[in-house]
Amino acid sequence: MEKYRIDTSKGLEFGLYTLGDHIPDPKTGKRISAQQRIKEIIELAQHAEQAGIDFFSVGESHQDYFVTQAHSVVLSAIAQATKNIKIGSSSTIISTSDPVRVYEDFATIDLISDGRAEIIAGRASRVGLYHLLGYNLSDYEALFEEKFDLLLKINEEEIVNWSGNYREPLKNAEILPRPKNGSLPIWRAVGGTSSSAMKAGYAGVPMMLAALGGPAGIYKNIIEAYRETARNNGFDPSALPVGTTGFFFAAETSQEAMREMYPYINEGMVLTNGQGFPKQAFAQAADKRSVINVGSSQQIIEKILYQYELFGHQRYLAQMDFGGMPFDRLMKNIEIIGTEILPAIRKYTAKK
Amino acid sequence: MKIVGISGSIVGSKTRTAMNCLSREISEKLPEAQFTLIDLAEYNLQFSDGRNYLEYEGDTGYVTKTIMEADALVIGTPIFQASIPATLKNIFDLLPVSAFRDKVVSILVTAGSAKHYLVVEQQLKPIVSYMKGQIVQTYVFIEEKDFHNKQIVNDDVLFRIERLVEDTVLLTETLTKLREEKEAKYDF
Repeated sequence: MEKYRIDTSKGLEFGLYTLGDHIPDPKTGKRISAQQRIKEIIELAQHAEQAGIDFFSVGESHQDYFVTQAHSVVLSAIAQATKNIKIGSSSTIISTSDPVRVYEDFATIDLISDGRAEIIAGRASRVGLYHLLGYNLSDYEALFEEKFDLLLKINEEEIVNWSGNYREPLKNAEILPRPKNGSLPIWRAVGGTSSSAMKAGYAGVPMMLAALGGPAGIYKNIIEAYRETARNNGFDPSALPVGTTGFFFAAETSQEAMREMYPYINEGMVLTNGQGFPKQAFAQAADKRSVINVGSSQQIIEKILYQYELFGHQRYLAQMDFGGMPFDRLMKNIEIIGTEILPAIRKYTAKK
Repeated sequence: MKIVGISGSIVGSKTRTAMNCLSREISEKLPEAQFTLIDLAEYNLQFSDGRNYLEYEGDTGYVTKTIMEADALVIGTPIFQASIPATLKNIFDLLPVSAFRDKVVSILVTAGSAKHYLVVEQQLKPIVSYMKGQIVQTYVFIEEKDFHNKQIVNDDVLFRIERLVEDTVLLTETLTKLREEKEAKYDF
């Protein structure tokens, strides 16, 4: 776990992630400017740090209603604006990027941030970026696997000799600068399927699992498939961190939290995926067994601890800014996280 | 209510003839409904490559978006080689997994032989169910002998089309009303 900068004695890490969506507030129909959204994301990271949150990450989406296409640039600004909080991507679409450039960027962010940068590498859930960035969609799987392997290799070896199908070979290439402590934590982003999780297990790399809805139990099975695959391939699962990511919103009461959150999730899904979040499915989020962390702070604490018991994971990443959620609500949530949720989670999950 | 009809083949005339009949029935009986007929023969659609339906452009984007905006679909299809045509299957492949959630789907099928009667039951309905459509269980099965000179000449078929339209609307209105009542009870 040390290799991935995780101290399990401190208990479950709590982070925030944003996809960098840029969506009108469904309650007012108004959308803030792209500039304001980016500045608010940076400011959010600062407030997260002040509240004692462990991690903050920014994602990359190349399509309408998003603003952090250049997510590493935004992370660089966050690196400069913060001091202690770990920072990363959620995720970096390695398939359509040059791993050398990605590594150079994140190693630089690591130096700026004094050793706080991480990469979560994914394959993209939408595919418009293949056309935009000049890649062939029929290479979807092969592009990711080859480039992710190269990224890991660059992380492990200072002098790289490599050849593949989608990039010029590297001959005695020195990829610089190096991160502060020699290497970066690199996670594999996994959608909600066992087959995707097993791919992270085959490679023996940390897994960041999207858990966007449904009962927590289904994700336990996916995490077990990941650990089992890692074990069968000669890796020690107890040395491999697992993270989960999902929707989060806290308020005074569960009813208020559900009321506040629903229009944002629903409208956000309509604009980015075409289909909203069914009310019937959202109603089930009130149940402790649902993986969606919405409710009063006490209910959310119970949910996160229940998930911790099931998953034995090392990090939870909360997504609360989706769908045009106004900044004051985000600030209120950070306050609840810092004053009520974090102390309880640490109390129950840290080793005494 | 938005109703979209799909004529699922790019060759032949029987399915389109039957869909024209259905189209007339809807415009006479339901002047307030918004009906759009998509005859796949009139569009140049690409094969599904797995992207989100919003990301298709041109004809493909028009067809996927129009279907996704519908409250009810009437799928008209011929039977080729004991199954639905590849052109129709491609429509399903272009759409998201739960594309027919909160949609009613009814079916009209034309076939060269009565031996094809159960193809809808065994091959089309499972796809619609998987995509979470609410199926109007009784479909209209039309044979070669029911057509003459691109007209339907069997009054029984015309009656069945009338009933299919009524059942489609009844099920859509019922489910919409009940869903709205149910959703109004949620406190969010």
